[in-house]
Amino acid sequence: MVIKTEPFVINIGPAHPSTHGVFRMRTTLDGEVVVDLEPVFGYLHRGIEKLAEERTYTQNIPFTDRLDYLASMSNNLAYVMAVEKLAGIPAPERAEYLRVIMAELQRLASHLIAVGAFLNDCGAFMTPILYMLREREKILDLFEMVSGQRLTYNYMRIGGVSQDIPKEFLPALRKFVEGMPGFIDEYDQLLAENEILLARSKGVGILSKEQAINISAAGPVLRGSGVKWDIRKADPYSVYDRFEFEIPTGSAGDCYDRYRVRVEEMRQSVRIIKQAMEQLPLGEVRALVPQRLHPPVGEAYGRIEAPKGELGFYLVSDNSIAPYRFHIRAPSLMNLTALRDMIVGWKLADLIIIFGSIDICMGEVDR
Amino acid sequence: MSNLAPLPPDWPGGYWLHWGVFVIIILAFVLLTVLIFIWYERRGLGRFQARVGPNRAGPFGIFQSVADAVKILTKEDIVPAKGDKIVFWLAPVVAFVPVLMVFAVIPFQSGALLADLNVGILYVVAVSSVSVIGIFMAGWSSNNKYSLIGAMRTVAQVVSYEIPLGLAIIGVVLISGSLSLTEIVAAQNIPFILFQPLGFLIFLLASLAEINRAPFDVMEADSELVAGFHTEYSGMKFGLFFLAEYAEALVASAIIATLFLGGWRGGVLPPVLWFLIKVFGVFFLIFWIRSTVPRVRIDQIMGFAWKFLLPLALINMFITGIEVVLLPEALPWPIIFVNLAIAVILVVVWSKLFKLGGGRVEV
Repeated sequence: MVIKTEPFVINIGPAHPSTHGVFRMRTTLDGEVVVDLEPVFGYLHRGIEKLAEERTYTQNIPFTDRLDYLASMSNNLAYVMAVEKLAGIPAPERAEYLRVIMAELQRLASHLIAVGAFLNDCGAFMTPILYMLREREKILDLFEMVSGQRLTYNYMRIGGVSQDIPKEFLPALRKFVEGMPGFIDEYDQLLAENEILLARSKGVGILSKEQAINISAAGPVLRGSGVKWDIRKADPYSVYDRFEFEIPTGSAGDCYDRYRVRVEEMRQSVRIIKQAMEQLPLGEVRALVPQRLHPPVGEAYGRIEAPKGELGFYLVSDNSIAPYRFHIRAPSLMNLTALRDMIVGWKLADLIIIFGSIDICMGEVDR
Repeated sequence: MSNLAPLPPDWPGGYWLHWGVFVIIILAFVLLTVLIFIWYERRGLGRFQARVGPNRAGPFGIFQSVADAVKILTKEDIVPAKGDKIVFWLAPVVAFVPVLMVFAVIPFQSGALLADLNVGILYVVAVSSVSVIGIFMAGWSSNNKYSLIGAMRTVAQVVSYEIPLGLAIIGVVLISGSLSLTEIVAAQNIPFILFQPLGFLIFLLASLAEINRAPFDVMEADSELVAGFHTEYSGMKFGLFFLAEYAEALVASAIIATLFLGGWRGGVLPPVLWFLIKVFGVFFLIFWIRSTVPRVRIDQIMGFAWKFLLPLALINMFITGIEVVLLPEALPWPIIFVNLAIAVILVVVWSKLFKLGGGRVEV
């Protein structure tokens, strides 16, 4: 005999401990099983794209801090690269190296949060994320040294970075970089082979290769599905073509693969920072840029491999001091489009970890 | 067992005085130990998680629970407008009282207990399973979908884990030859954890599920269900649930200490102190597990109970029965090693056969 059941609708969010911000999932459940899901976002919409059209190119840099607030440096970098492309301003070499160091440190910080929050969603009561936060603190200390800020750094400038690194920065960075691989191993050992974690995340929330490409997913979500695509290698920007590093990929495209890809990427980031530190040249950190920048009429798209995926800024200039159009290609939003396909058919508990494994930041989704 | 103190003790006033004194002792013991447990767990978790834990209220933050209790008492008491009000009021009481009642039969030391029932352990199992009704009442009456899901999960889980829990106890009962907790302790010249390693493991895991502790804490599952069945509760009604949760942990620790670790026995130190040391030790193990492992999904929890714990508990009961019937006078040490070997082999074999995972449903 089959028991007749009736599906019911439950609102997960906008204020829920596991929605990583103000995100709402209108979920239809049949018992524990998710039969339908409708993502609703926009609770954090601040109209950054429109606001940016009223401000000068330099004034827009702090706006980019507030997109993915867990990866401000990467946002800065993508934006200033787009402006430099538009205006044809090359940055000095030392500045490019500093940008790479900052972007990779930022990737470490963002992935630490992503991995910690994912394990927390799996129900490992706060322990992993608190260990991860301890290491992230050290990265924030480094950022505070160079920019004076701990969350919204506003460090990059058009044609360089705002200021050169202080003299205590490099020794501190060296100490951090030497310690970090050990910490990554240690945290990996905490749960990587844990039977419960494997049971919870292996084979759960599979995103196939074709699906991932079709929704134009990027970052660890795409690589977890086995697509070897990384802007740092595919379309090298800044000085990334001078470093040796691997692109870790998964095979199954499940939550566990996405988690593994992030952990491996952290190891690669440490490798890049080490090389950049050794090669760091002396010299200027900021090109001469007119205060009121009038880029020629035209358009430019600057893209980087942000921690969460391909982050792009599309700028159109009408030769005024403000961009005519300022569009952000946010990886979180793109990756989120796979949510329904990944979740339907799984249970309520899986919903949370599948959502957590995408690693979104609502500041970026809603803008 | 003639070496036990006669019950009730020959105090002036006799029977009723004994009852009155022990009711007060048990109430004070439970409330005080729960307050200490909360502090102990939070400090312990703090150490596990590379932080300090509460350290503001009093030395080492020892009065943190007191401060929390004062805060909880002064909070506004909200009843959901569309909730079932009577059931909503009754639920915390139904959840808390059975937990308190279990302590009636737990011996703090020889003769120091409210009532030495000759079916003590049966009484524990029976009474402690009542509190799940309170949890279900809370989930139902809150008129909240999260609460209801949490409560449904709890009922399914607790009912399933009663069975391996009961079967694991049978091993102990077979060896000691009595259902009375006092006599079970008196029979433990060697703690039963050595005779019953597999039974201990099953009992520990099943009682973790019974008291809804990590990794089986799906009824609260803060990352999924906000707060599970007590989402809508505030003020002292929430406080009572919180109290019940820790009191359940205390019961589980006390029962494990009594059945498997030799209860009050230990020598040198006063018996009550031994009992407390064992209780706190078991509780340490419980929150150590909590701070380490992720949560198991509800269908995996059910699979674990029926496919892993239940067969092992049956085999354990069978083997213990054979040993007790055929080798009643055998030396303890060979039996201990044989049982340990059997336990290791069975757990390894079963974990190869049994796999968690899967769970996708076509819709």
